[in-house]
Amino acid sequence: MQFIKTRFNYLFGSTKGLILVAIAMVAIVTAVFGMLSGPMAEMGVREVVINTLGMDIVQAEREGRIVILYHSIAMAIIAIETYMVTGLLKIKEFFKMSVRVLITVGYVLTMVFGMGFAYFGHNWAFHGLYITGLSLIFFAGVLLCIALWPWDPAYYLPSPSGRGVGGEGDYARTKNGVDLERVAFFTTAVTTVLSALFGAVPGSFFGNGFEVFLAENIIRLPEKTTMEYSVIGHLHIMLALIAIMITLIIGRWLDFKGIWHKVAMPLMILGCIVLNLGVWGVVTPLEPVAHMIIYVGATPSMLAALFLLIWSWGKFAKEGTAHLAKPTFLQKLGAMVSDPLKFGPTWQMLFMNFTTSGIGIFMAIRLDEIFRMWPAREERIELTGHWHALSAIIATIILMYYGDMLGLKGKVRQLYGWSIIFLSDLALGAVTVLEMKRLFISEAEQQPLVNTLMYMIDFGLGFLLVLLAIVMVWRLTDLFKPKGRWTEEATRELAQEVVK
Amino acid sequence: MKRFLLTLVLFAAMLASCIPVDLNAPIPIFDTGVDPGSWAQVPAGEFYFGQHEDMETTDSYEIMITDVTSQQYADYLNAALADGTLKIDDDFVLGYYPGDEFRGVKHELEIKAGDWTYIPLADPSQRVKFDGSLFTVQEGYENHPMTMVTWFGAWGYCGYYNYRLPSEKEWTKAARGEDDRPFPWGDEVARENANFYSSRDPFEDMSSFGSRTSPVGFYNGKTYDGYATLDSASPYGLYDMAGNVWQWIGDVQPQEGFSDRLMHGGSKDTYDMDLRIWVRNSAPPMYYSPGVGFRCVR
Repeated sequence: MQFIKTRFNYLFGSTKGLILVAIAMVAIVTAVFGMLSGPMAEMGVREVVINTLGMDIVQAEREGRIVILYHSIAMAIIAIETYMVTGLLKIKEFFKMSVRVLITVGYVLTMVFGMGFAYFGHNWAFHGLYITGLSLIFFAGVLLCIALWPWDPAYYLPSPSGRGVGGEGDYARTKNGVDLERVAFFTTAVTTVLSALFGAVPGSFFGNGFEVFLAENIIRLPEKTTMEYSVIGHLHIMLALIAIMITLIIGRWLDFKGIWHKVAMPLMILGCIVLNLGVWGVVTPLEPVAHMIIYVGATPSMLAALFLLIWSWGKFAKEGTAHLAKPTFLQKLGAMVSDPLKFGPTWQMLFMNFTTSGIGIFMAIRLDEIFRMWPAREERIELTGHWHALSAIIATIILMYYGDMLGLKGKVRQLYGWSIIFLSDLALGAVTVLEMKRLFISEAEQQPLVNTLMYMIDFGLGFLLVLLAIVMVWRLTDLFKPKGRWTEEATRELAQEVVK
Repeated sequence: MKRFLLTLVLFAAMLASCIPVDLNAPIPIFDTGVDPGSWAQVPAGEFYFGQHEDMETTDSYEIMITDVTSQQYADYLNAALADGTLKIDDDFVLGYYPGDEFRGVKHELEIKAGDWTYIPLADPSQRVKFDGSLFTVQEGYENHPMTMVTWFGAWGYCGYYNYRLPSEKEWTKAARGEDDRPFPWGDEVARENANFYSSRDPFEDMSSFGSRTSPVGFYNGKTYDGYATLDSASPYGLYDMAGNVWQWIGDVQPQEGFSDRLMHGGSKDTYDMDLRIWVRNSAPPMYYSPGVGFRCVR
């Protein structure tokens, strides 16, 4: 009994244990349900999975299944980010415990019963529990906002020792000492909770009549209902907010500070607010200019991420060559990339501009001249491709931070980190070329190129999942050891491991 | 050495993706026994429309039981060119279209009255050939659906014979009948039901040219050189209402300012999910592709 109790306490009572459980849940869902579409379906694997697991899949309900699948994975990711935030920032113990209990029960209910409802026959009790899970996550979000309240003097940065390091000028703060990084976390959390309503309201509205739809399928129709706009706004802003939150988390982990921090945090706050106002504007008379507001909001947010990148790369290069009197450019470059787990997250943010932002901007600029001259199904590939890429990039950033949490060292750390970067970038680069293929190859002649790209995507994502499976098996076996790594992790908090 | 090998493998993979595709590779020739000149009667009455099964009605009408074939289209081109309905200009067959009402909605394309491309002649995917005086069909493609035809070209063909393109409602009812099935033949899809992406039919080679069209009415339960198909006719006896080629829909501006034309049915190039009856595709009316064809109603 003690054996189970100690492991349970680690898995559901410690930050790293909670993150491990959530990553494992996402890995299982991704591996199993990823076999139901794309190349796996072509190869006939889909039928094997369906029959083996006893799934009950009706063709007419594909859109509904996918919506629940996306939500199940997204809730686990939001839970992981919440564990990280509550592990990195100062938060009162009551709030920390409450938020974690609520969000853990919430995402597990969402995932287990949501997927059970969607893929294994329609047990309506399961659907009720799925909704209960989503509601608990919402409540956890509200509590997190309260917990993060940045105008509590307990969280001020009043003195040179505000965070225990550096001088007074190290971190972005107001004259009164309000921690602007905490304001950024708070802003992101509040807008996330509000933006969740943007999905909840139309979700209830459509759910009442079971009129589920995927946004990419109605994108070209000029007339959309307010509820349809709300769904489209919801999915865009939630992914953007998850990306903003992971950027803040990585910044905190790396102990982002200095002048770049002072400029970045106000930009992050401003960008987050404006971005949300733009997205919420799609259901108001501001709809015609909503996109412009979104661009205005996205720019400072992305600039803030760029400043994190500049600061962190500079820091890695400087610290890695500190022992040299006059380091060369190559030596600095070598130092910058010497630790893939620290270099990787910001590299992935940069790479995102190739797979997501760049594509999005290019599409927006040349929409009528190029993309709207193609069939809607081509546009669907671009739309779904670029946000799948963004989701995958966020996942890789989480995995790199998790690799550091595990305490990976030496060659294993290098192999783990560079494998994530290489495999994901290979796959996502191929996805991007696949999205844009019509720019340089005709429909009739595309098959060899498509084949090569699919091999690259399958190779990259497949081996990434294998890598993740190896880590998960290692962690599972570790749990059976009386003095396994888990015993150390059970008592270590993320705030103690912030990079100094 | 390892790095060299890795580079070599990557380089080989890149080269493999640049292999030129033989668009004129031999194609199996089968007589399906289905007459593309036949029409099916669809009675007036209610039916389930769209993904969410809204109840709609249509008047009675007749619809072609197959897509218009390349041979049928070539015959039309010869007749229409001879009587001056069409003209050839710079490797394109042009015909008159009276234009759409332009409303100036965001992203709306202005379709003015005038001559518009019906089909391109120089595109290597075009199966209808022109020798300067006569249109003929590339051997083996006579009973395949006419592709590489714009919406204008489909509209022109139907109008020439006093037919018209089906409305979205007419197309849906013809495919679905009066129940709520997702596919013309029923609830599930098998590889032998239709020609879709990687459906392993005798016409595809996914390592080279990929998927190709199949003769109209191919999926009628017959066995062709050992390849057994399932009878996949719709409730009114229509073939290829799912897969093979997307089919142009006749509706103009189904929403105000929506200048695209709708397509239904999925194609040889799409996964089976796009073969569901309610799945919409759309493109500007001047778009043409080896995966888009049409049929008419009257």
